[in-house]
Amino acid sequence: MSKRILTTFMIVFTLFLYAPTLLLPIFAFNDSSIIAFPLSGFTFEWFYSLTEADELRGAALNSLIIAAASSVLATCLALLATSATVRYKFPGKGLMIGVIMVPMFLPEIIIGVSLLTVVLLAGLKLSIYTIIMGHTLICTPFAIAILRSSFQQLDPSLEEASLDLGETRFDTFRRITLPLIMPGVTSSLLIAFTISLDEFVIAFFLSGTEPTLPVYIWSQLRFPQRIPSVMALGTLLLLLSIGLLTLSEVLRRRSVRRLGQHDTSGAW
Amino acid sequence: MIELSNIEKHYGSYHALRDVTCHIKEGEFFSLLGPSGSGKTTLLRTIAGFEGIDSGSVVIGGQSMAGVPPNKRPTNMVFQSYAIFPHMSVAQNVAYGLRAQRLGKTRTTEMVTEALGKVGLAGYGERAAHALSGGQRQRVALARALILKPKVLLLDEPLSALDRKLREEMQSELRHLQRSLGITFVLVTHDQEEALTMSDRVAVMFEGEIAQLDTPQALYKRPASKRVAEFFGAMNILKAEILGLKGGIVTTRIEGLGVAEIPLGPEADTHGGNKYCAGVRPELMTVLDDGESAYPKENPAIVTDVEYRGELTYYDVKFDGSDTPVVVSMRNTTNREIKEVGQKVRIGWENASAVLLLEQT
Repeated sequence: MSKRILTTFMIVFTLFLYAPTLLLPIFAFNDSSIIAFPLSGFTFEWFYSLTEADELRGAALNSLIIAAASSVLATCLALLATSATVRYKFPGKGLMIGVIMVPMFLPEIIIGVSLLTVVLLAGLKLSIYTIIMGHTLICTPFAIAILRSSFQQLDPSLEEASLDLGETRFDTFRRITLPLIMPGVTSSLLIAFTISLDEFVIAFFLSGTEPTLPVYIWSQLRFPQRIPSVMALGTLLLLLSIGLLTLSEVLRRRSVRRLGQHDTSGAW
Repeated sequence: MIELSNIEKHYGSYHALRDVTCHIKEGEFFSLLGPSGSGKTTLLRTIAGFEGIDSGSVVIGGQSMAGVPPNKRPTNMVFQSYAIFPHMSVAQNVAYGLRAQRLGKTRTTEMVTEALGKVGLAGYGERAAHALSGGQRQRVALARALILKPKVLLLDEPLSALDRKLREEMQSELRHLQRSLGITFVLVTHDQEEALTMSDRVAVMFEGEIAQLDTPQALYKRPASKRVAEFFGAMNILKAEILGLKGGIVTTRIEGLGVAEIPLGPEADTHGGNKYCAGVRPELMTVLDDGESAYPKENPAIVTDVEYRGELTYYDVKFDGSDTPVVVSMRNTTNREIKEVGQKVRIGWENASAVLLLEQT
């Protein structure tokens, strides 16, 4: 009896979570510009229409550049911050971590407005570079949260052993630390990439004439006849996200197996 | 080989090393023995260069180590966790430190093969490091350190993670390795038996200080203080009153035993108001049979407990006029009878059975 209730609950819950997402591909292939049931027919038209939209291609390219740049920047900054905070004690450490982690909890609208003010005060032009700055700011706390656990799992005597065997600190980082925290670095890159890719508020405030993909999509929603194309675009983004998540999990499992570690974390 | 002079070290308000001075000779097997928190590992890490010191000096092979980082010191270390690099094969682990020497592939392979042979892991080179057992990891850690031909090999509790049988095997193997290579070994351990069986000399540490430094035999036979005495095997501690000192011999009245003339210990100092007690090892007293009189001194006592252990019998006895229980161990020879609880016996001993022990240090 109670088992049946639990099963029902689980099914309803899963539907609630994922059914809306399934509407995306359904309408992306529907041969009608009106988003409503019943479906009228099957078509690839909306996907073709994407290839003709130059603005869309520009936005997608902007998004990819911004996501790549800010994920790399955020991961590098996080590497520096975590190796300092996990390994060393110094005055003001707690405060420093706090200040770095704050953007994770601040409403994005506040970050967006303040960064816009700063950029305008500094006399800078709004461009993809200002968006990269904003995205690096919000991605860094996530990267730190991921890398912190990688660093904490790393036995400090491995680094000491490397120093003891005659390697310099830099070569120790290159030969021991980096390979061993690589799963964390990969996760950090992929997650920061995903966060940047679908971030809207900050990108909206900081983009000038070069919109990102979410900003472009938002601008298209004003035109009802463009909605099916947006659905097609959404379908592609959905596939990309699933692909990235799968890739990061496959990489993580492979490295856990390769290092013979016990797999303590499930899929994130 | 290693000169440690007046080393002081604090962690915040915690005094980790107090005025540590000792000289480790070339080619000796030296042990730092002490309970956890005694500063023995901190001292080892100081020699390796992982810990800075507040004052004092570390000199290795005639060269001051002030400001010399671990990677530039003529020491190599076997870590307690072994610190085997998990993303490398056994051979890559062993060859790790050779990179800087640019020996070329053939020479490196030769040296790795030789080093693995020395520690009994010939043919294990291609194994993944994480597929090894505890004992094998330890051997890889040894090979990885020894391949660099260090002047000093530092070992941080290398046997504590192994089971008893393997530990005993590794003890004698380490000893043989040290003798055949002639390298100075410095071992950190909390196991007194390990320190006794393996070392040429042992420094016993308590609370950041070297309490006594001597050969294993001397430490066992003539411990300077109560703490050191209790750390090595069993020791009966009895109240003692110093009656006089003449020519290095202390006349002492020992609780239950009476007056004894004991040679003054190496580091004992009867001046300065220190408190002393007397120590007598269980095996240095004899429960006498009737009519037996092989000992210069005898005291009447009563047996309060008997513990038969095959090879030995342990007696708990109380001397007349004393409430302190004293343990006497007897070898069970063919003609010796086992005494019973409540039996009145005579305990035989001599001056050399007793040592004078400092209460604190």
